[in-house]
Amino acid sequence: MRNAFAQQITALGERDPRVVLLSGDIGNRLFDEFKAACPDRFYNCGVAEANMIGVAAGLALNGLRPFCYTIAPFVTYRCMEQIRVDVCYHHVPVTIVGTGAGLAYASLGATHHSCEEMGMLRLLPGMTVLAPADEWEVRAAVKAALNQPHPVYIRLGKKGEPVIHAAEPEFSIGKAIPMRPGDDVCILAAGTILPIALHAADVLGQRGISTAVYSAHSIKPLDTELLTAVFARFQLVATVEEHSILGGLGGAVAEWAAELPAPRPRHLRFGTADEFLHETCEQEDAREHFGLSAVAIAERLAKALSA
Amino acid sequence: MNATPVPVAVSPGELQRLSRRIRYKLIEMSHRSGAPHLGSAMSCTDILVAAYFGGVVRINPTDPQDPLRDRFILSKGHAASALYATLAERGFFPRDWLETFATRGSPLAEQPAPNCAPGVELATGSLGHGLPVGVGMALAARIQKRAYRVFVVMSDGECNEGSVWEAAMFAPACRLDQLCVVVDYNKWQATGRSNDVMSLAPLVKKWEAFGWSATEIDGHDVTNLAAAMSRVPDGTGKPVAIVAHTVKGKGVSFMEDDNNWHYRIPKAGEVEAARKELGIE
Repeated sequence: MRNAFAQQITALGERDPRVVLLSGDIGNRLFDEFKAACPDRFYNCGVAEANMIGVAAGLALNGLRPFCYTIAPFVTYRCMEQIRVDVCYHHVPVTIVGTGAGLAYASLGATHHSCEEMGMLRLLPGMTVLAPADEWEVRAAVKAALNQPHPVYIRLGKKGEPVIHAAEPEFSIGKAIPMRPGDDVCILAAGTILPIALHAADVLGQRGISTAVYSAHSIKPLDTELLTAVFARFQLVATVEEHSILGGLGGAVAEWAAELPAPRPRHLRFGTADEFLHETCEQEDAREHFGLSAVAIAERLAKALSA
Repeated sequence: MNATPVPVAVSPGELQRLSRRIRYKLIEMSHRSGAPHLGSAMSCTDILVAAYFGGVVRINPTDPQDPLRDRFILSKGHAASALYATLAERGFFPRDWLETFATRGSPLAEQPAPNCAPGVELATGSLGHGLPVGVGMALAARIQKRAYRVFVVMSDGECNEGSVWEAAMFAPACRLDQLCVVVDYNKWQATGRSNDVMSLAPLVKKWEAFGWSATEIDGHDVTNLAAAMSRVPDGTGKPVAIVAHTVKGKGVSFMEDDNNWHYRIPKAGEVEAARKELGIE
């Protein structure tokens, strides 16, 4: 995913002189091509994220289109107030790109986990929050961010994630991508967990449960048109994400659904629990720990459906 | 391409008269609105007068968005009344807007909102934001090949913020020599002496050590302030830091160096006493 981001930002930087790339001392060699193509528009801002966000706002206030790139927790939690005041209050087109989001850096420990940042950023007025599922969605999300004049947050995995789409899908902010039709259950998945959701749908299919799956990459704004249709049609809706069940896709959908008239379908949130992960483990183990495996998701959904 | 905006330089005597007039206006504004931070606003008044009337900031009040204008950020947003009064005096908006300061529906809030009034470059109020954003503006000038300069006025208490020092390390690395910081060093922050609360001194050496061309100056000598700020870029290839020694509440004897005026609101009798001291007719 990060390579896809580096390639896409280079392609955009080559043809759009407004594109500026700020890095928080990360991505050794990753941006060599961008630096070669746009030597006066790459700045390593050091291990100083608060300053990086302020600098980005100053650039954006003068017509440039900065992208701020570093590890997700550092480019979000660390500089929340700069994002709030410098970027969102001034409503300038700064795109914040967090790499290694969710549990991608599980083995580095909880300082490097990022399972709360979508919820935090979603609360900021005027902020768009995107969780692309694979490298094609990353390319599309980066282009979509540049094509609109507002603050955007894009969370990435790291590298080597499964490629789900055969080519770049039709992508617009606020519109989920249909992956698979189904009749009994609807899964909305955000980010790199999408292949697990698709696998869960396979497992459910073997049990005769027909499962629709969407890539719900846009956490804010939500695809409310789709949600309206889904909540009218299905008796069971699941949100799946590598993020806390508080505040992310699941939280956002639950808030939206709270104002629906009864009766409404049951909504199960799959995500990380309200706790830090203290075990030394890899991403797969961490997902397992939080019930984010295909089998665990399918099991819980099948049980809910038969209840 | 627009014409490069020109500064205004007035005589030293007129600069001093302007400072006194603006200080009295700030006292009236605080009295009328009940808005605090009067001591902080009076502390930086001479810096603002030097910038806007001493031939420093290249701006055109009739074209406040001119891409070639110098950028001026009052990072210590709690002293916004001083910025508003200076901008009104310079013709950015009608003086009678000042009568509405910090009242319902006014464009001039206690601390400035984005695009609240012509000439206000940045919403400030949370400290430690103006310098990083100013660095970004200076970087934008370089990328867009524009020759404008960026001035950022900060308080000494503001130098407590880590983001200030992140920016202080970054700007010299980028050789942003068209960037100038002025620290309004009045030796007070909200609830204590700024050199007791944090180990702020030696402030000039700190900026020097961070890679800036640093000087110190009497922050109430408007002519010298204007001269120092006019020298940006100063030929060293480094950003410029001017540590301006100031007195909180400057200009009115019973307010000077009394930190109660960080929050106190002047009563009618105090406004009148200040008016006499400042020699306002």
